[in-house]
Amino acid sequence: MNPFSSGTRMRDMIRAIRACKTAAEERAVVRKECAAIRAAISENDQDYSHRNLAKLMFIHMLGYPTHFGQMECLKLIATAGFPEKRIGYLGLMLLLDERQEVLMLVTNSIKQDLNHTNQYIVGLALCALGNLGSAEMARDLAPDVERLLQFRDPNIRKKAALCTIRIIKKVPDLAENFIKPAAVLLKEKHHGVLITGVQLCTDLCRVSDEALEYFKKKSIDGLVKLLRDLTNSPYAPEYDISGITDPFLHVRLLKLLRVLGEGDADASDSMNDLLAQVATKTESNKNAGNAILYECVAAIMSIEDNGGLRVLAVNILGRFLSSRDNNIRYVALNMLMKAMALDSQAVQRHRATILECVKDPDASIRKRALELVYLLVNENNVKQLTKDLVDYLEVSDPEFKGDLSAKICSIVEKFSPEKIWYIDQMLKVLSEAGNYVKDDVWHALIVVITNAPNLHGYTVRSLYKAVQTTTEQETLLRVAVWCVGEYADLLISNAGMLDIEDPITVTEADAVNVVETAIGRDSSDLTTRAMCLIALLKLSSRFPSLSKRINDIIHRHKRSLVLELQQRAIEFNSIIGKHEKIRSALVERMPVLDEATFSGRRAGSVPNAVSTSQGAPPKIPNGVVKPAPPPLVDLLDLSSDDVPTSVSVGGDFLHDLLGVDMSPAPSQGTNQTKKSGTDMLLDLLSIGDPPALSNSAALDILSTSQDSQSAGDLSGKSPTPLLSVKASTSAGSSSMMDLLDGFGATPSVPVAVTDAPTYPSIVAFESSSLKVTFNFTKDPSSQHTTLIEAQFTNKSPNIYSNFVFQAAVPKFLQLHLDPASSNTLPASGDGSITQTLRISNSQHGKKSLVMRMRINYKVNNKDVLEEGQINTFPRGL
Amino acid sequence: MIRGVIIINDQGKPRLIKFYEFQPPDKQQELVRSIYRVLCSRAENVSNFVKADSLFGPDVRLVYKTFATLYFVFIFDKSENELAMIDLMQVFVETLNKCFREVCELDIVFNFYKVHMILDEIILGGQVLETSSEEVANAVDAISRLEKNANSMIPSIPGWQR
Repeated sequence: MNPFSSGTRMRDMIRAIRACKTAAEERAVVRKECAAIRAAISENDQDYSHRNLAKLMFIHMLGYPTHFGQMECLKLIATAGFPEKRIGYLGLMLLLDERQEVLMLVTNSIKQDLNHTNQYIVGLALCALGNLGSAEMARDLAPDVERLLQFRDPNIRKKAALCTIRIIKKVPDLAENFIKPAAVLLKEKHHGVLITGVQLCTDLCRVSDEALEYFKKKSIDGLVKLLRDLTNSPYAPEYDISGITDPFLHVRLLKLLRVLGEGDADASDSMNDLLAQVATKTESNKNAGNAILYECVAAIMSIEDNGGLRVLAVNILGRFLSSRDNNIRYVALNMLMKAMALDSQAVQRHRATILECVKDPDASIRKRALELVYLLVNENNVKQLTKDLVDYLEVSDPEFKGDLSAKICSIVEKFSPEKIWYIDQMLKVLSEAGNYVKDDVWHALIVVITNAPNLHGYTVRSLYKAVQTTTEQETLLRVAVWCVGEYADLLISNAGMLDIEDPITVTEADAVNVVETAIGRDSSDLTTRAMCLIALLKLSSRFPSLSKRINDIIHRHKRSLVLELQQRAIEFNSIIGKHEKIRSALVERMPVLDEATFSGRRAGSVPNAVSTSQGAPPKIPNGVVKPAPPPLVDLLDLSSDDVPTSVSVGGDFLHDLLGVDMSPAPSQGTNQTKKSGTDMLLDLLSIGDPPALSNSAALDILSTSQDSQSAGDLSGKSPTPLLSVKASTSAGSSSMMDLLDGFGATPSVPVAVTDAPTYPSIVAFESSSLKVTFNFTKDPSSQHTTLIEAQFTNKSPNIYSNFVFQAAVPKFLQLHLDPASSNTLPASGDGSITQTLRISNSQHGKKSLVMRMRINYKVNNKDVLEEGQINTFPRGL
Repeated sequence: MIRGVIIINDQGKPRLIKFYEFQPPDKQQELVRSIYRVLCSRAENVSNFVKADSLFGPDVRLVYKTFATLYFVFIFDKSENELAMIDLMQVFVETLNKCFREVCELDIVFNFYKVHMILDEIILGGQVLETSSEEVANAVDAISRLEKNANSMIPSIPGWQR
């Protein structure tokens, strides 16, 4: 028979595949080959089956399906010839996996081969078992492997040792059978057996406590001696890697010692001297030597504390950092990160070197070093470290500026000793890398600025100076525009000069120029331009003499193709033109933004539940539907009709930022409706008459409907401004159920809270009909836990029956309600119901308590629901 | 544990794929492509370690080295010493050099099964089996001789022995 009759030779197939110009050609060649191989298989052609299988393995590597060859593997393994078996086992390892049923069929063949007289065949079987043995196979074949651990040929012993690792990983119960045979391997002279034996012992310790105890008792001294001999041994060329004697055995031994010494003072003690010896004697100018040192450091870090050794270890890592080899610096940084948890003082000593690594040409090293620096920062070194990082920001690669500036901002926020320093650093970052910082960074900056009234002047002047030199940093420009809009008067008047400042002369026109330049920049985006428009509106009120010029600038944007800008321009235009009277009130300076609320939002702990749960834009009465806006654009919606003017002050931070402050409520008299809404979308859409909006109860649930003229309104005459309350009849109550789930509503009015160490009682809720007071006591056993005694008083002349109080808290709080003292509330304050609430705060010290409550009762046989949110808890609960 | 050894050429063609944990064939190809994408976008003067969490799960890294037109990649988890992995790769490449006398990509393409044989003498089940390239080369020689002299009906595959 012609040996070439059945298909091509292996070599030719590979050539044919390599010659293919396109993927389609390659597929065609492979398809043809596969067809031939399938045909050969179905004809049961024995002669070439091992060649066919070799081809299939190549085809498999290229990613084509080869499952039809699996049974061929089994057939080949079952044959007697060595070449067939070899290729069969290779195919088995590549084409099959332990999950396939086919594998069950091969167990018997492997068992026979493990007992074969030819040691190479035994080796093949061990290799296959070690690479893909399943749990079933492990159980069936464990006794054979155990026997092979004592086989005469060391090459078989070492394979059996690694095969055992597979077995005990698959079936940990089998570990105990292997403890003693493994311990014997530690006395081996043969290098390969020793190295695999040590590895086996390490893995036995990981899966079996019994093994761990055994080796701790019996083997530590032997291992220490082994490693000491190895360290002191003369040059052994066969296991040398670039001049270092057998680094692999070193590494394996150190790893095992580490496992044995972990959490065991005695064991650690017995290896301390040796580790010190290895750490000091090993050469560090070669990778192999460093691998040993690195493992030694890892061992020192893991075993029981010995101060001197740890310092030695950290110093080795410090030395690594100065290495010219990137890999060594890389691993050193990883390890230093772990060392921080153990001995941060020792790591601090290498701060300068670590800081150098932040400037490394290798991006992955820079990133790690930066993370490490971040861990190193504390109150004492924050100023110096920040300065170094900011200096580096100026010269760093553009692609690194994002990471770097984010970390600087984070450091500055976390450790800032004073606000002026914070503001200074942030301005530097924004001037250097303003285009790379995330939105929350500059949002946070604005919050801090508003909270530092004595620095308003200083900040706006610094920003003015900054934008005179750099205008290409978008976020810097935004903060500058915002501050100019808010504090333009301080810019002109040089009010609130600090000693460190040089006075500057800025005219009103200069201030307007800043904003005009910003809005006219080609690269300014929507957010910046929208902010510019607001700043202009504000300036028009601050500088009445420039009103005309400002209105002209705004006027230009009336034809903006961006809907948002166009709308703003048109609305502001009409405010400046037609509503002279209310303008100054409209554009008063922003109230101080509540830092706690903002940081809470940033941390994501207060989900913006209401606005996000609003799937589709609701239909509103006047039929105006706008797509969901970007978060920044929920500006007040002023209808350009004369009356009524509806103004929304939302709880959202951004809303506060850009929304026009209406809290002084200057024009209470007329038809103006103030709506303390929580839903940005809702606010945006709230063009038109307020009664219509109130009708859509589902949307309006959390807002105060403050129309004092609608007599039927249950919420009464004077709702507390701290609380968003709405009382409604049972008709609307069902739709409110799901709204209790989250906390979206934070009142727009900053919460005035005392910092008193004792916790004063608060009026948690008050309506025309009901009053709720909370008295606080701290659980002495746990400062996280607060006991609240809630007291409910009926202000109406009617008795409330079926009185039920319910409360909901965000995830970081846990709430337990005790039963109430009664469910009937006597009329006219003639008695009360008390109920105890127990709250534990997992974020104690970081976040204040917050609660949403709902009260159901029956009055005159009618169901009434009242609900509200309580944000007035004293801090520190 | 070593999770896998991969050789890819600079065009992204796999030349050797060996996983010590089961990966379905499609997944293997996908991993090879992802790894290739990462490697060919690496700058020259950077470290040889790449975090591979996204591909293989937490704490899995890969180390790579380029030899002529080939990327050698070892994938390993945190129980392995990173620097030792570099040395192990050196052992592998040295052994290939010994067995093929100045190994080049074509040797590996046409003798991929022999490369597997060599690898199986260095790593077994994801653990280091032997670190002396001399020993490995001897073991491979012995197997090749056995194949040649095997009392087999079929001729041995050409290029099998040295």
